[in-house]
Amino acid sequence: MRTTTVVRAVAVGAALAVLTACGTGSDSSSDDASASTGSSGPVTISWWHNSNTDPGKGYYDEVAKTFEASHPGVTIQVNAMQHEDMLTKLDAAFQSGDAPDIYMERGGGELADHVAAGLTQDISESAKDAIETVGGSVAGWQVDGKTYALPFSVGVVGFWYNKSLFEKAGITSPPTTMDELNAAVDKLKAAGISPVSVGAGDKWPAAHYWYYLALRECPKQVLQDAVKSLDFSDPCFIKAGEDLQKVIGTKPFNKGFLSTPAQTGPTSASGLLATGKVAMEMQGHWEPGVMQGLTEDKKGLGEDTGWFPFPAVTGGQGDQSAALGGGDAWAVAKDAPPAAVDFVKYLLSDEVQKGFAERDMGLPTNPAAGGSVKDPALSGLLKVRDEAPYVQLYFDTAFGQSVGGAMNDEIALMFAGKASPQDIVEKTQQAADAEK
Amino acid sequence: MTTAAPGEASPATADAAGRAPARPAARRGRPGRRRASLRMGLEILFFVGPALILFGVFVVWPIARAVQFSLYRWKGFGPLVDFVGLQNYVSVLTNEVFTDAFRHNMTIVVLSILVQLPVGLGIALLLNRKMRFQGMLRTIIFVPYVLSEVIAGVVWLQLLQPEYGVIDTVLGAVGISGPEEGWLGTPEVALYTVFVVLTWKYLGLAVLLFLAGLQGVPDELVEAAQIDGASWWQVQRRVTVPLLGPTIRTWGFLSMIGAIQLFDMVWILTGGGPANSTTTMATFLITEGTKRYNYGIATAASVILFAVALVLAVLYQIFVLRRDVAQADAGSRRVR
Repeated sequence: MRTTTVVRAVAVGAALAVLTACGTGSDSSSDDASASTGSSGPVTISWWHNSNTDPGKGYYDEVAKTFEASHPGVTIQVNAMQHEDMLTKLDAAFQSGDAPDIYMERGGGELADHVAAGLTQDISESAKDAIETVGGSVAGWQVDGKTYALPFSVGVVGFWYNKSLFEKAGITSPPTTMDELNAAVDKLKAAGISPVSVGAGDKWPAAHYWYYLALRECPKQVLQDAVKSLDFSDPCFIKAGEDLQKVIGTKPFNKGFLSTPAQTGPTSASGLLATGKVAMEMQGHWEPGVMQGLTEDKKGLGEDTGWFPFPAVTGGQGDQSAALGGGDAWAVAKDAPPAAVDFVKYLLSDEVQKGFAERDMGLPTNPAAGGSVKDPALSGLLKVRDEAPYVQLYFDTAFGQSVGGAMNDEIALMFAGKASPQDIVEKTQQAADAEK
Repeated sequence: MTTAAPGEASPATADAAGRAPARPAARRGRPGRRRASLRMGLEILFFVGPALILFGVFVVWPIARAVQFSLYRWKGFGPLVDFVGLQNYVSVLTNEVFTDAFRHNMTIVVLSILVQLPVGLGIALLLNRKMRFQGMLRTIIFVPYVLSEVIAGVVWLQLLQPEYGVIDTVLGAVGISGPEEGWLGTPEVALYTVFVVLTWKYLGLAVLLFLAGLQGVPDELVEAAQIDGASWWQVQRRVTVPLLGPTIRTWGFLSMIGAIQLFDMVWILTGGGPANSTTTMATFLITEGTKRYNYGIATAASVILFAVALVLAVLYQIFVLRRDVAQADAGSRRVR
C-alpha cells in the first residue's frame, strides 16, 4: 500500500510534467544533405497547408502537380491539415527540428522568434521578384530588413453586420464614428435586438477592439516604434483603454459574452451573427466562410451579409482609415532545397493567385489577381484593404505570443470589468520587459 | 509463477512455495547460497526490469527534463541556451493568476470532500438496501463517470449556454433567472458551476467505491447491533460508516489528487475564464506553454504542481492513511 501510494503520487506529478516536457532542445540537425544536392538531383519537398476542404484542397493538389510537371525531378509532398492540427504539428516539428520545407507563417513577433531560432530561410534575394510583386503587404514578414516569407492572403478586420436587422432597427447607413456606433447600439436595443456579439472567451476577438482603438488613437510612427522597441509608454495606449471602457459601458454585447467562444458552434460569436441572433460582430475576412459552416444551409447570412470598417474616433491622433489585419504567408525552412523557394514563388505567381482568388480561398496579395475575387463581400474587403493607408498587423501577432498573450489577457479582464486602462499597458509592458 | 520473490507481503501459500526450492540449495553451503542469491537477483531484475525501464523513460526522464527546462528561458524551439536560474519559479509564484489558480484547486479539493463525501455516502447507503430497480439505479449513478470527460464537458457547455441553453430555459419557465452573463460567464459563479458538473461526473466513482466497501462490512455485526435494538440509522452511524473508514480515506486521496490535477473539464467549459476565475494550475501551465510559448515558465509551473501534489500526498499518507497503512503492515507481518 505504501509504495503504490507514493508511486501514484509520483506518477501524478510526472504525468503533468510530461505534458510540458515533450520537447527536446536539439538544434536543427536535419538533413543538410538535401540542401547541397542542388536543383539537379531528384528532390522531395514537403508542404503543409490548411486548405483541407475543397475547392482549396483539390486546387492545391493540382498546383503541386503542375509544378512537378514543369520541374522534373521535384516531388512535392502535399499535406493538407485542419488549421488547429497544423499549428500543433508545426510546434512539435519545430521542437524536434523536423519542420516541413514549406509552411505557413503569420508574421510579426512569432516569425522573429523562428528566425532567431534559425528555423526560417532568408528569401530576400532568392525570391526578389515575387517580393516586389506583392509590395507593401510583405512588411509584416520582414525581420531586420530581410524577408522570410511571402504573404499569399492578407485581410482586414471590420464589422460584419446583418442588413435586415439593421433595417428593422431603423439604421439607414452603417456607423462611421464611435458616436454613431453607440447610437446604432441604442436603436438595436430599443428594437429588442442584441446588438453585438464578441467571443471574449477566446480573448483575441475582444482584444481586437483595443487594437483598433489604439490604431485610431496612436499615430502610425508610435505604433511602428512600439513593435520594434516594445515600449508602450505613449499616453495614446491609455486613451485606447479609456475608449474601450466607454464601449463596454454601453453594454452592447451578447449575453454571456465573457465565456462566448469566437467561432465554434452555433452559440459562438460568429454563430450568433450567422443565425440572426445578434446584429453585428467585429471579425476578420474569414467571417463569411466561418458563418457558412455554422448554418445548416451552408449559406451563413447570405444576402444579408454587410460589412463596415471600424468607426473613427473623434479627436484620435491615429489614422482614422487605417485597418487592422493580418494574413498568412509561405515560409521556407532553413535547410529546404532551392526548389522549395521556386515553388513558393510559383504559389505567388499571377496564375496561382488568380486561381486562389477565383475559388474565394482568401484575399490575394498579387495585384494581378485582385479582379478575380468572386465573392462580393470579399471583393469589397479587398478594396478596403488596398485603399487603406496602411494595414497594421494584429498586435498579438506583431508583438509575439508572449507579449500578445499577456496583452489579450488583460484586455479580456477589462471586458469583465476587472482591469483599468493602466493595467493593460502595465501588464503588456511587464511581459515585454521580460522578453528583452 | 512457481517462485515468488520472498520478502513480498504475499499470502502464506505463495510464500511457502517460494521457499521450497531454495532449501536444497542452502544445504550445499556457501557457494550455493551465493549462486542462489545471484539467481534471485537476476529473477528480480527480469521481472522488475521492464517496468523499471518504462518508469525511467516515461516518468523519471520527463521529470528531469522538466526541471532542466524550468531553469531556462525557452520558447519551445531552438537550442536551450538562455539560463535564468530560478527566475521562472519567482515569476510563477508571484503571478496572481497562478496563486489564484492554486486557490481554485484547493477550493475544489475542499468542496469535493465537503459535498461529494456526504452525498456519495448517502446514496451508497441507500443503494445498499434491497430495493426494486437497484441495478438500474446503480448504473444511472455510475454512467457519468464512464462517459468521456470531453463529451460530458461539451454536453454541459451546451446545457449551460446563457439565454438559449436548456438549463436557463427550464429555470426561466419556473420564474428563476440565472446570472445575467450565464452560469459559466459570470466570474463569481463560474467556479461553482464547474464544481457542480464535476460532482455530477465523479459522484459515481465515490458511490461505487463506497458500495464495494459496504460489501466488506460483516452481516454478523449488523445483525448483532439489530439484536441489541439498534435502529437502521444507529447501525449505519455506529457500525457501517466506521467500518467504511479505509474506503472513505482512499477515496479522499483519489479525489484530492484529481482536484489538484484538474484540467479537462475546466478547459472545455471555460478555458480558465471568465476573467481567470476558473484557472487551475494545469490550465495555467498549458496556457503559458502552448499558447504563449513560455515553456520555461510552464515547466516551472509544472514542477511546482508536482511538488504540491507530492507534498499533499505525503501529508495525507502520514496523517490520514497512517492507521490503514499500519494495519496493513501488521496484517502482512502476522501472515509471515
